[in-house]
Amino acid sequence: MTTAFEDLTRAVPFTLRRRHVPVLVTLGLFLLAFLIGAIRYPNFGTGQVFLDLFIDNAFLIVVAIGMTFVILTGGIDLSVGSVVALSGMLCAVGTMKLHLPALVVLPIVLVIGTVFGAGMGYMIQAFQIQPFIATLAGMFLARGVCLTISEEQISIDNGFFDAVALNSLPLPGGTHLSYGAVIALIVFAVATYVLQWTRTGRNIYAVGGSEQSAMLMGLPAGRTKIQVYAISGFCSALGGILFSLYTLSGDSTHAVGMELDAIAAVVIGGTVLTGGSGYLLGTLLGVLVLGVIKTILSFEGTLSSWWTRIAIGVLLFGFIALQRLIGTRRRTRSA
Amino acid sequence: MTVPVLEMEGISKGFPGVQALEDVAFRLFPGEIHALMGENGAGKSTLIKVLTGVYEADAGLVAIDDVGTLIRGPLHAQRLGISTVYQEVNLCPNLSVAENIFIGREPRRLGRIDWAQVRTRSAELLARLDLDLDVTAQLGSYSLAVQQLVAIVRAIDLDAKVLILDEPTSSLDRGEVAQLFTVMRRLRADGVAILFVSHFLEQIYEVCDRVTVLRNGRLVGEYPLAELSRFELVSKMTGQELAALEEIDEAAPRVERGEKLFALEGVGRTGAIDPVDLDLHRGEVVGLAGLLGSGRSELARLIFGADTADSGRITAEGEAVALRNPRAAIERGVAFCPEDRKGDGLVMDLTVEENIILALQAARGWTRPLSQRKREELVEQYIRALRIHPPHPQALVKNLSGGNQQKVLLARWLITQPKLLILDEPTRGIDIGAKTEIQKLVVSLAGDGMAVLFISAELEEVLRISHKIEVLRDRQLVAELDNDGSLTPERILQTIANGAAEK
Amino acid sequence: MNRAEPRSRLAALPGGALTRHTLFWPVTVLVALLLANVIFTPSFLSIHIRQGHLYGSLIDILLFGAPLILVALGMTMVIATGGVDLSVGATVAISGALACYLISEGHGLFVSITVAVVASMLLGLWNGLLVTRLGIQPIIATLILMVAGRGIAQLITSGQIITINSASYKMIGGDYWLGMPFAIIIVVVALAVTVVLTRRTALGLLVESVGGNAEASRLVGIRASGLIILAYVFCGLCAGVAGLMISSNTLSADGNHAGLWIELDAILAVVLGGTALTGGRFSLAGTVVGALIIQTLDTTIYTAGIPPRTTLVFEAVVVTIVCLLQSPAFRAKISRRRRRPSTPPLTDAKQEVTA
Repeated sequence: MTTAFEDLTRAVPFTLRRRHVPVLVTLGLFLLAFLIGAIRYPNFGTGQVFLDLFIDNAFLIVVAIGMTFVILTGGIDLSVGSVVALSGMLCAVGTMKLHLPALVVLPIVLVIGTVFGAGMGYMIQAFQIQPFIATLAGMFLARGVCLTISEEQISIDNGFFDAVALNSLPLPGGTHLSYGAVIALIVFAVATYVLQWTRTGRNIYAVGGSEQSAMLMGLPAGRTKIQVYAISGFCSALGGILFSLYTLSGDSTHAVGMELDAIAAVVIGGTVLTGGSGYLLGTLLGVLVLGVIKTILSFEGTLSSWWTRIAIGVLLFGFIALQRLIGTRRRTRSA
Repeated sequence: MTVPVLEMEGISKGFPGVQALEDVAFRLFPGEIHALMGENGAGKSTLIKVLTGVYEADAGLVAIDDVGTLIRGPLHAQRLGISTVYQEVNLCPNLSVAENIFIGREPRRLGRIDWAQVRTRSAELLARLDLDLDVTAQLGSYSLAVQQLVAIVRAIDLDAKVLILDEPTSSLDRGEVAQLFTVMRRLRADGVAILFVSHFLEQIYEVCDRVTVLRNGRLVGEYPLAELSRFELVSKMTGQELAALEEIDEAAPRVERGEKLFALEGVGRTGAIDPVDLDLHRGEVVGLAGLLGSGRSELARLIFGADTADSGRITAEGEAVALRNPRAAIERGVAFCPEDRKGDGLVMDLTVEENIILALQAARGWTRPLSQRKREELVEQYIRALRIHPPHPQALVKNLSGGNQQKVLLARWLITQPKLLILDEPTRGIDIGAKTEIQKLVVSLAGDGMAVLFISAELEEVLRISHKIEVLRDRQLVAELDNDGSLTPERILQTIANGAAEK
Repeated sequence: MNRAEPRSRLAALPGGALTRHTLFWPVTVLVALLLANVIFTPSFLSIHIRQGHLYGSLIDILLFGAPLILVALGMTMVIATGGVDLSVGATVAISGALACYLISEGHGLFVSITVAVVASMLLGLWNGLLVTRLGIQPIIATLILMVAGRGIAQLITSGQIITINSASYKMIGGDYWLGMPFAIIIVVVALAVTVVLTRRTALGLLVESVGGNAEASRLVGIRASGLIILAYVFCGLCAGVAGLMISSNTLSADGNHAGLWIELDAILAVVLGGTALTGGRFSLAGTVVGALIIQTLDTTIYTAGIPPRTTLVFEAVVVTIVCLLQSPAFRAKISRRRRRPSTPPLTDAKQEVTA
């Protein structure tokens, strides 16, 4: 019964190669950080602390997955944090102010996020506006709309939200996983499938490798570019819903700077910012590395919150330097 | 004759400031290899881009199998059976070889891409071309020539009725070209119509049946190649007699060799070129001959310090020097016009004037700018001397034709009054008029005492203007031949072949 | 045929060249914004002297826009080399925090300012070294400091907002000299120095060359790394001085909020001014106009009585409009639509492909 495994390894369009090194390093770093935590602090090395990483960062996992799609095409999406805040706000307003059922509000929020992303993608594709600028405008717009809706925090007190947020999936060993984290993992699985096994996914890699070539090969390069921003918009909206589940509120100051965390997670996960190379598994590990640092600092207790930022900065530096090293070696070999 | 598989009529296409095509007609029959010829700016690329749907023609009709069709884009063109392989490899270097062959039409099973089949089928297709590659390796890890062949494999598998090969041979060596021609003939026998663009006349006559000639965006005519002499073909392309080319043949000068300027002893770089001994004298043109990948450009780059040598030593005028970077070489009076004008040579967003003074200004540093008057004077002088067109110093260099861009590059270095001028393929991809001018210029520069290192893929050209020819093969310098008048391209080719036998 | 072509292009100059000039659209937008203000406040353009000081909305725009203009100047140089500096906001915070911290600890004004400015230049140097020596993409290299920098600023202020009381420090960003706000004078001097440095020497040309084609620049012997490092150090310096201005205006240092989003505003100003993010050709005048557009927009929203919380929405709309106006693809589409009735099938087909 080796066929299933063989099929799986063969299904991936390449064998283990140097370009997988960054992901492995991220994995190693995550394990190391987790090990250090486990040795230093009692109660750290438990399955639940590990699962909490998924629970506390479910929204970031989803947002970073969307960001990975965009970065794989060589673009960037600065609007994700604002869209997260806007989606959370829309959830809060929809359920609390308009008294709509959650199952009506949620699809609407997802559609709004997707359309918003697609709109930015259209600007980038049709009018050749740099992604950095177009999504910056999107960032301002989403945050501005969010502020216009309400400057106050709106608490969500809705049956559906409470049911999803306050219950969780029991797992063996007395551990549990929140439904938000489950959703994040489902998104991860679906996104991985899309990237590796569908034409849409491969087109994304092709566009990231060379947009001009992709176009001349007859691939729908323009459509692909719009797609990735729509996907990122969808992921941000879903991330916003998960965030509102996590905090049970909508607030215009939510998720300020989350785009930085998402980009950091993608980079730490080994995806190259110029596009065309990277894996979602790396992104997931990148989020977990950020999560484990925050957890360690919270276990430490005495350390102030700004150390988190400095630590992420140091980590970014380490990873970027590492990527450079691998990158240079690869280039000299192929030359 | 049968019905043309492709017929274009009255095609016009204009861009701001340029009428690229005007009332051009073109026919392609099944089972023929048809050459499209013309100098730069004749409209070949535009015609091909109209044909592949990259551009939309302003006027005109396209009929495929006698049915009027509007080609909406590259994808649509492929669906209509028109596949294209471009001069620059238009594949994705970050994807695997197999994926590059199949992307966009991967075999699928239950809605997901069947990677196993992608790999086995691409290996089969490559085998048809006698290519043995690791189909799972990244395309970028292979040489340009291999990438080009992969592009052709991709195009062939699209079940093309019409296959467009836009200068596919410019980065292939002889063996690879022969391989390509075999495949082209096989496809012709299968009834595929092939449109072949190449700058090499020999290749056109070797493999093509008919030719369509364009000049200045207009159709000159369509001829069977068997009834058209080379001389006639070139005159139709240029619209003038070949006097210019012959003139330089007569002028092939035998200049006094001056004092020794540079001496290379065992200079080499692992993976690029084996250690080389070479002397460069004032007033002497040294030609580097060899096939693609033989180490021609690599040797030039070492002398200029563009790459660092890891063995040997260089003496300049009797003094040992280390040319570790271009700056060091420039200070020693070395100038280098690289092969890739756009990528390594010119700054496209800057003006002609700025590009011309760049090397001189770089040598002076940013704190000592050239005065406005000096700038204008120098630039004016070289625009006139090299006949750069348009003669506007403030024109953006990206708006110039290939030949004029090459002249701008030459002017940039001549202005620094170098002792040694290294030219890597200075006449590649430019029209015959500019080509002749550049060849003459090289000869006259050497006459004035400059040392010149001249690299060209065209043996005839190397032979015409060099005094001494260094033959490279497989990253080794295999022979030094004196151009004493008895030297022929055939003998150089033999030398390359003998190098193989010795090994 | 060939020879006639340049002449016809010259003939087309007057109408086409004006709208195609880099500064045309930015200036048009700025003028439109100013005129819109005149409608809301007829006295908008008037400048008067009160107690020997210049007052007026225009002066306010310049004064409040001073830090942004300064940061955008530095950003222009970095962008021209083909880079981008995301860390300027963090540098603004660090510089302000450092100066205020030192002053509050009883150090002299001169020492405090010098330390803050030198520190900012060192941060620029760090970015420059990452970009040149390690060869890291600028957007990533400066992302490191963008993320870590605010942590460092908060480290300096221990997470508090430091307030100080120093009349001479107040001068930098909030007081007058010879009737003019001192901050405006600083900006004018900085602009003049930058223009002279780039256009009277060969610095501008060499930077444009490096940004336009890095490999070609190496092969003509330009020492790119020196120029690039210089650009980042200059950018750090500008951000540092801007940080002093911002903290001096309120006489306080807030590690968390000082200079928040200023990197984005500065990049926006550069792009609005017509310098491409890909590097090469740059326009300092364009950058100043770009920064003024952003500042005028803020002021307009304020004076027009629009709730300030919608500022971001307006900013987004204006950015979108200006970017669209600058986009050749957009302009082509508009002019094609105007001509549309004559050639409907072709355009439809093309749109189907791009959509």
